[in-house]
Amino acid sequence: MNPGREQTMTADGASRPDTTPPAIRLVGVSKHFGPVKANRSIDLSVRQGSIHGLLGENGAGKSTLMKVLFGMMRPDAGRIEIGGRPAAFRSSADALAAGIGMVQQHFSLIGKLTVAENLILGRATSGFVARWLRPLDLESARARAIELSERLGFGIDPSARCETLSVGARQKVEILKALWGGATTLVLDEPTAALSPPDAEELYALLQNLRREGTTIVLISHKMPEIMRLCDRVTVLRDGAVAGEAEIPRAFSDPAERQALEARLVRLMIGRHRPEVPSRSSHIWPTVLSVRQLSDGQRFGPIDLDVKGGEILAVVGVEGNGQSQFVELLIGLRKAAGGGIALDGRDITDMTTLKRFQSGIAHIPEDRHRLAVADGMSLVDNASIGFIDGAPFAPTSFWLSRHRRARFAAGIVRRHKVRASSVEAPVTSLSGGNQQKLVVGRELSRAPRLMIAAQPTRGLDIGSTGAVHEALIGLRDHGAAVLLLSLDLTEVFTIADRIVVFRQGRIVGETTAADADIDRIGRWMSGVDEEARQ
Amino acid sequence: MTMNSIVTPPQNRDVFTGRRQVRMDPAMLAETLGREADVAAAENPGFLPRLVGHFHALSGNLGGQVLTFTLTIAAALIASMPLIWIGGSDLWRAASALFGGALGSGPAIAETLVQMVPLLIAGLAVAVAFHASLFNIGVEGQLVFGGLVAGVAGASLDLPPALLMLVCIFAGMAGGAVFALIPALLKAYRGAHEVVTTIMMNFVAVAISEYAVSPTGPFVAADQPSATERVPDLARLPVIWEGTRLHAGLLVALAAVIVIMWVLYRTPAGFRLRLTGANQGAARASGVSIARVTILAMLASGALAGLAGAVQVLGVYGRFYAAFSPGYGFDAIAVALLGALSPVGVIASAFFFAVLHAGSVPLQAVAGISREMVGVVSGLVVAFVAAQPAALRLLSAMRRRFAGAMPPDGLAETEVSK
Ligand SMILES: Nc1ncnc2c1ncn2[C@@H]1O[C@H](COP(=O)(O)OP(=O)(O)OP(=O)(O)O)[C@@H](O)[C@H]1O
Ligand SMILES: [Mg+2]
Repeated sequence: MNPGREQTMTADGASRPDTTPPAIRLVGVSKHFGPVKANRSIDLSVRQGSIHGLLGENGAGKSTLMKVLFGMMRPDAGRIEIGGRPAAFRSSADALAAGIGMVQQHFSLIGKLTVAENLILGRATSGFVARWLRPLDLESARARAIELSERLGFGIDPSARCETLSVGARQKVEILKALWGGATTLVLDEPTAALSPPDAEELYALLQNLRREGTTIVLISHKMPEIMRLCDRVTVLRDGAVAGEAEIPRAFSDPAERQALEARLVRLMIGRHRPEVPSRSSHIWPTVLSVRQLSDGQRFGPIDLDVKGGEILAVVGVEGNGQSQFVELLIGLRKAAGGGIALDGRDITDMTTLKRFQSGIAHIPEDRHRLAVADGMSLVDNASIGFIDGAPFAPTSFWLSRHRRARFAAGIVRRHKVRASSVEAPVTSLSGGNQQKLVVGRELSRAPRLMIAAQPTRGLDIGSTGAVHEALIGLRDHGAAVLLLSLDLTEVFTIADRIVVFRQGRIVGETTAADADIDRIGRWMSGVDEEARQ
Repeated sequence: MTMNSIVTPPQNRDVFTGRRQVRMDPAMLAETLGREADVAAAENPGFLPRLVGHFHALSGNLGGQVLTFTLTIAAALIASMPLIWIGGSDLWRAASALFGGALGSGPAIAETLVQMVPLLIAGLAVAVAFHASLFNIGVEGQLVFGGLVAGVAGASLDLPPALLMLVCIFAGMAGGAVFALIPALLKAYRGAHEVVTTIMMNFVAVAISEYAVSPTGPFVAADQPSATERVPDLARLPVIWEGTRLHAGLLVALAAVIVIMWVLYRTPAGFRLRLTGANQGAARASGVSIARVTILAMLASGALAGLAGAVQVLGVYGRFYAAFSPGYGFDAIAVALLGALSPVGVIASAFFFAVLHAGSVPLQAVAGISREMVGVVSGLVVAFVAAQPAALRLLSAMRRRFAGAMPPDGLAETEVSK
């Protein structure tokens, strides 16, 4: 289980003796949760002004380690040095005061407050007494937010309420929040998991800028391309311990060298090679989902769309162009104002959500925290969401079987390799990726005719991403239809058979994956063709 | 990840019970059902361990909850000490009057249990609504109206005694439920906040019940102002401890605890209710009708409140008095919060408040401390329950500060999540 520490690839230190102390140094940090050893004696040293990648499988202990650094958790053993001086943050306020900013994996914004209010939350700018007497200076906060947001090219409206923002926009606000206090050290926990590629590009440029200005950055990510592109050095965690480290050259003399390094990192992370993706669909069955002139009476539609059995149809587009309205219409959370939806030839337009699930729809929601898991409940309870309206779990209205639900949850845990201390554990004790695996496993267990998978691999490690792709392809090969909504075009090209592009609530382009042209898709998404025609 | 997603036509009936079957992957279904023999052999460790296990799973982190419970009570009592002192009594006299009066003798304990019955049932009423994230402040009004309906039914219906008793109890529950129905419908279909509507319904309930037994009211007794006619003795809840007022309402209350526990944790309806309370979005997205859950939770809460009123009328007074509730429905909020909304926890906290109530008379008589002190303590309990998250944060911060000076002990520390 525990591969020997591998030595760094390039000889660092030896050729360039470093006199400046590391920006962050963790020595022998351990953190246990009951029987779970989330961190086992981890040593980590981050050079001043560098971008340091932190890699590892879901549940490897990355977030835990960064929470320890940020003062949100106290380590069981080990110590922390910041800029060569020992530091023991008692709370994240201490860490903020020491110039460390952190973007959490889970959103920490308050929905009812505006962006500007969220940004200044907990950041007192005046003394204790003045703080109570002086009114909040929201005006200057707003001005500063606009300035910062513009500098980063984010385009966030500071007076918007956070609950009205899209997932991607909320992610940007989180990043603004971490940078707000002028952090000199920035920890980012999967910041691009919810960003579309262009937004991610903006973030990359920003991070490179910050590095140039001397900011030290720790970046947790499951996306190899961004790691290879941005990081100066990476540390790979496995089962809570350091599995290896590597220096990443700014430029590779030869692409083979880059591939070899990437392959090695993947092997360090998951203990095997990158999973192969199976071949394209071979057989097409009759239509499963058929949508006619569907609209919600507001900004969505009307659209026509057919998805056949044995087909993975990807819906792509810039975020906020009707994708989530489409999903809500399909599962019955939003009422159709016009048109109809048929599943396997049956009209489901006026069915309740429950009936739609019984007719064979499954749904992996984009926003896990809002729609997929209930934070206060246990893993078992979360696994049974949507399965309690009949046998086997509720054979009568007076009995909900505990035993069968526990077996079912254990089945999902085993099949989908969810890491959890027990099925009775609260779902919040699972790492982000493991919560996602639980949701994916639950939805796959519905034996769907139509799987609506919105960002199904968000936050998953490379191995689990491969497994989810495999499972979706397995569904397809057995005649089901898969509707894939993804911001990750690589994922779309890997598993989709057909691609449609949404823009402003309508379908503006369609192509088979085999002869998809990324530039053309990009033009559809941005609407330059339409504008040119006008 | 194994290939487990074989697509089959939906199976609509359960093989064993013939009941509707949820749509499910056959491999997962087989795994879920298992072979019963395997289950029995491998995972059935015998009745007692299983019972303990179930209890443990229901109660979650039991030790922690007991600790929080005790600390909260202690904090409230300590915080009320200065008031006792200002009142001119000494602590020892006050404590011995309170606890001696409530627990010092058999009859005293019986009287405490009598006080506990309405608090326990009403506390459950508040807790059930809370589990669905609904704050039913209308328990007081529902309780009063339930008591009125039960009293009127008991005084005016001509039925065999045992049947009359059951009818009165159900009439009381129905009365409470009706009073909860209006806020429930307003919340479910109009989005009106239940706190506002239930508070307003309290005034309505109290006004109606006062009118009903006013001198010109339709149900006022001939021999007693502000009360209904007596319920026949045989239709009252029987006394279960000879020589005291302790009546079978205690058994009704304990039965209600078991039923609510079962409903919340072992029925699909309870699951929907808890899921809605935990994350409304996830509930909606999985096909739960939020409107239905809201209405059912409020009806259940109102019915429990009505039950509390009916039990009080049938067990203690034998008739409805306009002022029979000294605010049980409001104390019930403190009871539910102190009991951490767990049905078992509510038993403990209802007992604590019953001690305060029962001990308040000797407190006044012996130690000269006004009975209003009880209200002060229960208010403090609510305040300290509300302060629990902050107190826990403070505790862990203090632990860190002390631990910072010492080498880490390697003990696991679970963070307070959220
Ligand atoms: N509060 C907690 N209570 C109990 N166990 C926890 C808690 N927080 C984390 N864990 C466990 O610690 C391990 C490491 O979790 P962590 O969140 O650090 O993983 P991660 O590397 O960030 O994974 P991911 O890529 O999925 O985000 C997991 O097995 C998780 O179940
Ligand atoms: Mg994480």
